[in-house]
Amino acid sequence: MKFSPQFEQRFEEMVSHYPTRRSVLVPTLLYAQDETGYLSDEVIRELAERLELTELEVRNVISYYSMLTTRPRGKYHVQVCTNIACLLRGGEEIFEHCRQTLGIGGGETTSDGLFSLAEVECIGACSWAPAVQVNYDFHENLTREEMDKILGHYKKKGTQ
Amino acid sequence: MADVNITIDSKPVRAPGGTLLIEACKKAGIEVPSFCYYPNLSLQGACRMCLVKIEKMPKLQTACTTMITEGMTVTTDSPEIHQARKGMVELLLGNHPLDCPVCDAGGECELQDMTFSYGAAESKFIDIKNHRDEQQWSPVVYFDRPRCILCYRCVRICGEGMDVWALGVENRGVNSIIAPNRQDHLECEECGMCIDICPVGALTSGAYRYKTRPWEMKHVDTTCTHCADGCKTTLGVRRAPAGMEIVRGDNRDKSGINGDFLCIKGRYAFDFAHHQQRIKQPLIRKNARLTPASWEEALDLVGKRFAQVRDQEGGTRIGVIGSNRTTNEENYLLQKFARLVLKTNNVDHHRTADFPAFAAALAGRGDRTATMREVYHASAILLIGNDPTNRHPLLAWQIRNNVRLHRSRLYVINSEPIKLRRQASFFAQPPAGSEARAVEFLAGEEGAADALATSSTPAQRWRDLREKLRSEQNLIIIFGSEIRGRDLEKLVKFGSTLAQAKFVCLSDYANSRGAADMGLYPDLLPGYLPLNQGTKFRDDWGELPAATGLDLGEMIGIANEGGLRALYVVGSNPLGRLPIDPFLLSKTFIVVQDMFPTETAAIADVVLPAANAYEKSGTFTNTCGDLQLVRKAGEITGTKPDFEIIVRLASAAGFDIRKLVPFGKRGTHADMGQSRGAQAGEADRHAVWLEAHGLEPKLSPFDPMAILDEIERLVPGYEVSRSNLLAGNDQHTTVEGPGMWHDPALIIPARDDLFTSGTLGRYSRLLNSVIEHRQGVPAGEVVAG
Repeated sequence: MKFSPQFEQRFEEMVSHYPTRRSVLVPTLLYAQDETGYLSDEVIRELAERLELTELEVRNVISYYSMLTTRPRGKYHVQVCTNIACLLRGGEEIFEHCRQTLGIGGGETTSDGLFSLAEVECIGACSWAPAVQVNYDFHENLTREEMDKILGHYKKKGTQ
Repeated sequence: MADVNITIDSKPVRAPGGTLLIEACKKAGIEVPSFCYYPNLSLQGACRMCLVKIEKMPKLQTACTTMITEGMTVTTDSPEIHQARKGMVELLLGNHPLDCPVCDAGGECELQDMTFSYGAAESKFIDIKNHRDEQQWSPVVYFDRPRCILCYRCVRICGEGMDVWALGVENRGVNSIIAPNRQDHLECEECGMCIDICPVGALTSGAYRYKTRPWEMKHVDTTCTHCADGCKTTLGVRRAPAGMEIVRGDNRDKSGINGDFLCIKGRYAFDFAHHQQRIKQPLIRKNARLTPASWEEALDLVGKRFAQVRDQEGGTRIGVIGSNRTTNEENYLLQKFARLVLKTNNVDHHRTADFPAFAAALAGRGDRTATMREVYHASAILLIGNDPTNRHPLLAWQIRNNVRLHRSRLYVINSEPIKLRRQASFFAQPPAGSEARAVEFLAGEEGAADALATSSTPAQRWRDLREKLRSEQNLIIIFGSEIRGRDLEKLVKFGSTLAQAKFVCLSDYANSRGAADMGLYPDLLPGYLPLNQGTKFRDDWGELPAATGLDLGEMIGIANEGGLRALYVVGSNPLGRLPIDPFLLSKTFIVVQDMFPTETAAIADVVLPAANAYEKSGTFTNTCGDLQLVRKAGEITGTKPDFEIIVRLASAAGFDIRKLVPFGKRGTHADMGQSRGAQAGEADRHAVWLEAHGLEPKLSPFDPMAILDEIERLVPGYEVSRSNLLAGNDQHTTVEGPGMWHDPALIIPARDDLFTSGTLGRYSRLLNSVIEHRQGVPAGEVVAG
């Protein structure tokens, strides 16, 4: 299993921050996922070995966090918040709109591999509800029209 | 920590500060309910059943995570607490299926008990329950997800207790589930601890599921018949067409030396008893074929033939091979039978540890042998050779949990990187096969350090190890069969220089130690007494053959020249387990007493179907010397205990059996026990009752207790408390006799692992199915033919 030199450098540094090796698992998983798109069996095996954990323990942690995944996602992971503040401001409608526009349901990926869609719990953007997170970027105060623009933007970016 | 005074339900209680409140309550006789709390496992605080009211603390507190402090005032039951607990039960029952009538745990379920206590049987939930089909994780472990109440006991016992870490928790919150380490199946030691510890029926065992209801079984405490650790196992038995059938093994009351622990063999590998190839009728070779015969015919034939050889050619032409799996009483009786009835010292067994050398090295300091319980409490342990995880699972459990819970220091010397190195504070790895050399170094041979040096353990580290060991108080030195003869003497000598050091000599089968203690040797009487020091026995038994007998190898050696006219093999399969050419025995009259048509039985002239250790009474001595009761649980019609067969053979050979078994010496002659086809343990119950009333229990010539009396009287080191023994407790015996130095090559280790168990293992479907599951290839099970 080969990661980028940047990953390796970061990993080495992070390990030194914690009293035990296992503590570095969560950030490492995130960085690994950023590089490989998802946490494959191979990645899990590698990280378990590096951190002296069982593969089961690594899987348990991955399954706990919704931002970590063991299955490939689209290039742009559209996470629509439907928690209370967003719900009151039309979050569900935004989610429904995304489903219609992308032609996929929650937890699914478009056939071109560009988009995947997820209905998520609070993403901490209640003041600007309804909000959507695409990969690490936030989009707030959304309407259907706004959402179309955003999806169009990513589509253009992704097919360039 | 110093004791503190607290008040629980207006009752003053004194306990060490820092004690968990739930334990302090238990001590005061007050039960606080809990699902997730389990003694000696890490705290979870998940189930919220142990909520109690502590004065000056806001809200209810969990008794399982609260440590007691001076002046604490606690209420464990009030309408508020009752309501809180009832609420928890109601939530748990929200998605719990109500399949109690078919659930294995029904009748033994902690959730049922709680529902009964708190009465939350009415559910307010109207949604459809979240159902998932049950999953098979291994031949042994099944998981029924909806029944799980997420107490995480299984996860902790597997990781912390077993150091296997095969179970985890996937997802979070309401979606949490217990997950096995290979996504859809388990790869583990298959000990079944997770099933045993499960408070409900979420984890169930492949051996027991859907077979019976708990209240239909009778429960018999006995000693496991597999490895030499001697775990107490409770067998659940049920009436079956051909006697009594064993349907379950567990450690029900946790009162044995094994506490919570049992391995796969103790828990599940009792099914060999019902293997289709079990012999249930005596067989006599007629026209070159083994043909079914009656017991009378077979016993008469063998008894007369033995007597004929003895009278015409002398007892030296008869050989006797005993068993590592028969009881002490049977082993004792067998060598007595050989020496008195057959007039021969040609007695031996498959030796797996050098106990005579151990006795010689200890030279009478029998108090230097450690018990299995002491291994759990010792402040330091030195383990040389062997791999307890695979060959002595209980010993490994004791060591592991001693390190975990008592911070004991573990020193391991092993040429293999055995699993217990993970608990070791010092792991020294000598070159392959040089454990004995390491002992020489410990004993002071400086030159050995260089020979022992490996890349992982350089010479200096060996010196460090010896220094550390020399400073240990109360060290227990545990050694495998790698250490024999004079090496063993050196080790004992080294240990004797340390303050309070004790020893454990590891052997391989359930009663290997008993076979050795009871004198299944051609040159040693019971208690490791050389033949010329047997005055005690001569006084009791009369004249004994004086000349040293032949060992197993020598017997086979002379057989082909016609030197061995008859061979009596009891509960042993030398042809299957040892490198012996069956052709060498073609001129010998062979009698085999066994359960199965083994390689040895296949060349026998007479085969006598024997009962196994789960089908008779007596005692076993484990590898540490702990003496425990073996009680009759199962029963297969047609078989007889080895004890009874030996007595009947003596009778058929024209011997006065009163001289063999001292029964009814005080005048009462009646048969209260096994010969009547009595139900499980009846003889024992009579014995207990009679003893309690000051009466003589030894009424039958087939009562092993009569021989146990003689063992206590004549075998040094076996003077134990009979009442304690009969109460089901372990009694430590010591190695006292002078012992002897034998050729170390006579020791042949069994090399069983966690999933094999000599001949028994080959006839256990369950063990074989586990081997197949792990390797993906058919195991060597003997199939019905």
